[in-house]
Amino acid sequence: MHLVLFFIFGGLCVVGALNLLLQSHPINSALSLIVVMSSLAVLYLLLGAEFLAAAQVIVYSGAIMVLFTFVIMLLNAGREERTHGSRMAYIAGFPGAAVLLGLLSYIFLSNRGHLGNARLGSYLVTTGDLSRVLFRDLLLPFEVTSVLILIAILGAVALARKEH
Amino acid sequence: MSLLVFFLLSIVKIAVVLVIFLTAVAYTVLLERKVVGRIQNRWGPSRVGPFGLLQPLADGIKLFLKEDLLPTAVYRPLYIAAPIIALACSLLSISVVPFGADIRYKGVDLFQIADLNIGLLVILGVTSIGVYGIALSGWSSNNKYSLLGSLRASAQLISYELALGLSLVGVVMRAGSLRLRDIVNIQAPHGMLSWNVFGGLQFVAFFIYLMAAYAETNRAPFDLPEAESELTAGYHTEYSSMKFAMFFMAEYANMITVSCVATLLFFGGWTSPFGNLLPAVGGPVVQALLPVFWFVLKVFFFLFLYIWVRGTLPRFRYDQLMGFGWKFLLPVAIANIIFTSLWLAFRAG
Repeated sequence: MHLVLFFIFGGLCVVGALNLLLQSHPINSALSLIVVMSSLAVLYLLLGAEFLAAAQVIVYSGAIMVLFTFVIMLLNAGREERTHGSRMAYIAGFPGAAVLLGLLSYIFLSNRGHLGNARLGSYLVTTGDLSRVLFRDLLLPFEVTSVLILIAILGAVALARKEH
Repeated sequence: MSLLVFFLLSIVKIAVVLVIFLTAVAYTVLLERKVVGRIQNRWGPSRVGPFGLLQPLADGIKLFLKEDLLPTAVYRPLYIAAPIIALACSLLSISVVPFGADIRYKGVDLFQIADLNIGLLVILGVTSIGVYGIALSGWSSNNKYSLLGSLRASAQLISYELALGLSLVGVVMRAGSLRLRDIVNIQAPHGMLSWNVFGGLQFVAFFIYLMAAYAETNRAPFDLPEAESELTAGYHTEYSSMKFAMFFMAEYANMITVSCVATLLFFGGWTSPFGNLLPAVGGPVVQALLPVFWFVLKVFFFLFLYIWVRGTLPRFRYDQLMGFGWKFLLPVAIANIIFTSLWLAFRAG
């Protein structure tokens, strides 16, 4: 059951990501990204991270992607022009990506014993557990992050403010 | 084998809830036309069937038989997908709403489709996905009124979702859970006195929720996305026949969901307002159905309030709407969180 769901949504995730690259219209790419984000939420849920799954849908598929589509709609961005790709991509990009893929698979496969494993659907992290970790053990990093975000918001307001 | 039974019972439950829900949507439209009619000193629909009770059927047949126009300049895939997204999202959130007490038949919950630990977050998440239906419909219609309407709607939804989410934090803190059944159970012991809106001291949160929810569902006095005088019909200007009907159904389905959530979070869900004062009457069937009756009664009250507000208040101006959401509702919601947490900490010791 869990495995079936994993393959359905994992496949949806990959198809969405490919579609994101292949579509020529920006709004179709944005919608594919929403599919990717939402399928990722289901994968989180399969691993037992229910709060993370809900946050993924609300924050990423909801709020952030709405802003993306909003900007695309406002700018009324047209179709993207097809080129044959830059020479740099052929010389450095593709071999680089292949080397990275090989390196990562080698590291993960050779250290299988040390990495530990998680079975789908075998455990559940409740919202209570998560908040206990966030607000007790990791309180300082959590608060520092929130101050960082506050600074970012203030910076955005200062930049966007009109001079009188 | 038990998996099969689970699947079959779940499908039956989904079918039953969907039929009741869609019927409720149709009759909410009739209720609105009747009540707004009486507020404006006219009768409303009264010709089709006794008291006009068959009017929703006639409306449905009319919408089915209308020609489905597809304007030439639209971006077709999204133009067709938009009403489907809107309706699907509005129907999805009813699946986590519990209608009655936790009564099980062969291990299957009778009065709720899915009992989730994160029920409340699921409703918020589905609402935030529902924005796409409106946003894409306006953009794909290739019409300036549609685009302006959908831009307004999306901006309004994003702005008021913050206040809406923050107003629920106090309720969640009191229950210590995001599961809707837990939130109702903590309001059960002393009837009306334990409800979050009274005994839970969440009346400020309740009014924030109510106002933000009216804005979320694009209803008067926040119905700027479809302000007739400026935007003809807003984001669904170019839609006809069943595609228009899907937007219409989505709007009323959202109204019902918002009323259900308000009932669950602030008015004690399916629990009786009199607590244990009323003697337990009838057999087990009556005892199982009585909570459903209380739930429906409360939801009906909220739907009536929706219509009453629509018949009473004039529409906001756009800058007033944004100012109200960001400069008034949001700070008050944050203040409510602080006071609620202080009160809970004080009570705990």
